[in-house]
Amino acid sequence: MIIGIPADKEDKNSPVSGSFGRAPFYFIYNDETNEVEFAVNDAAKAQGGAGVKAASLIVEKKVDTIITPQLGENASMVIKAANIKMYQSKEGSLMDNVLYLKDGKLEQLGNIHEGFHKS
Amino acid sequence: MKIAVLSGKGGTGKTFVATNLARSAERCVYLDCDVEEPNGHLFLNGPLLSSSKVSLPIPKVNESLCDGCKKCVDFCRFNALAFVQNRVIVFDKICHSCGGCKIVCPQDAIYEVDREIGQIESRTYKNTQVFTGKLLPGEESGTSIIHELFDKIKPEDSLVIIDAPPGSACVVMDSIKDVDYCILVAEPSIFGSHNLKMVHELVKLFNKPHAAVLNKSLGEDNPSKDYCIENNIEILADIPFSQELGKLTAEGKLVVEYNNEAKELFKDLLDKIYKEVRI
Repeated sequence: MIIGIPADKEDKNSPVSGSFGRAPFYFIYNDETNEVEFAVNDAAKAQGGAGVKAASLIVEKKVDTIITPQLGENASMVIKAANIKMYQSKEGSLMDNVLYLKDGKLEQLGNIHEGFHKS
Repeated sequence: MKIAVLSGKGGTGKTFVATNLARSAERCVYLDCDVEEPNGHLFLNGPLLSSSKVSLPIPKVNESLCDGCKKCVDFCRFNALAFVQNRVIVFDKICHSCGGCKIVCPQDAIYEVDREIGQIESRTYKNTQVFTGKLLPGEESGTSIIHELFDKIKPEDSLVIIDAPPGSACVVMDSIKDVDYCILVAEPSIFGSHNLKMVHELVKLFNKPHAAVLNKSLGEDNPSKDYCIENNIEILADIPFSQELGKLTAEGKLVVEYNNEAKELFKDLLDKIYKEVRI
């Protein structure tokens, strides 16, 4: 399993970012090899379509499970098309949330918001 | 002659000024560019003559030709395309219909289909030909509808009045870029003067000759009037706050058809605009 979580800092003990599409980094954790990577999210500063671009990065990194506080409509379309599982994050660090997931303490993400799009 | 009526916020009286001005002319074409909430046709309310669809081209991918090079995805600066599970997904509402993805595709796998985003309705009310732009709910930008509204203008149309959307965003810029003159409608409040400043900066940026119409004036204490004086903006009309005018307007009536003072005021306003534009 490869897990992706939006992050504000390149530190596995930092909290989960409040935004998916505009998070500056993604914490990517391979639970078979214990490999850790922080991928830079170029979409964080995009004028529009940040969710689509950010979700594409997640797909490129072969992530199969994301943990996030929320997810926009467009990003969710990409994530769903790629059959990536979505879980709602809980308070705690990036690594805490990985452990919560393994212990079955996270719920599947239900609320998809319409995004904060600007024309 | 094309005259745009605009203001920095909604509710100042753009449609009030634009529709009554249109009715005061001998002949006129009226374009309602306030496509998110067009309401000029409630006053210039002739029967609907025709309604035409406004569409935008949106890319579709022929998957049997696509080899997954992702050049289209990388090209799109709006991030309207994603490549997932060996296929391209198109996000219609993010797409700006630039056609770039189709050009860069080395496999000729991208073609375009039309997606309806709104309509243009046509009516005639007495002296005025009325064109109303309507953006469908949930759509993000009405600029293409505004472009098509301007295509309705014929060379022989001597007077065109444009009811612009509120604010100073892209849709407003598209509504004023081809006009000869701008009328800035402003309310007598600090908030109103701030919004006046926003549109004033916009018309200066576009180098458009312009003047102000003060609406709903309550007397001397008028921050919008002060702004006009400080910035040498000519005030073409100062329309006093009046319950009667408000009531007529709320009933969907044109004040120039019911109130003699208003009739004179708008006639005078139109004469002043003609003189201004000729100078």
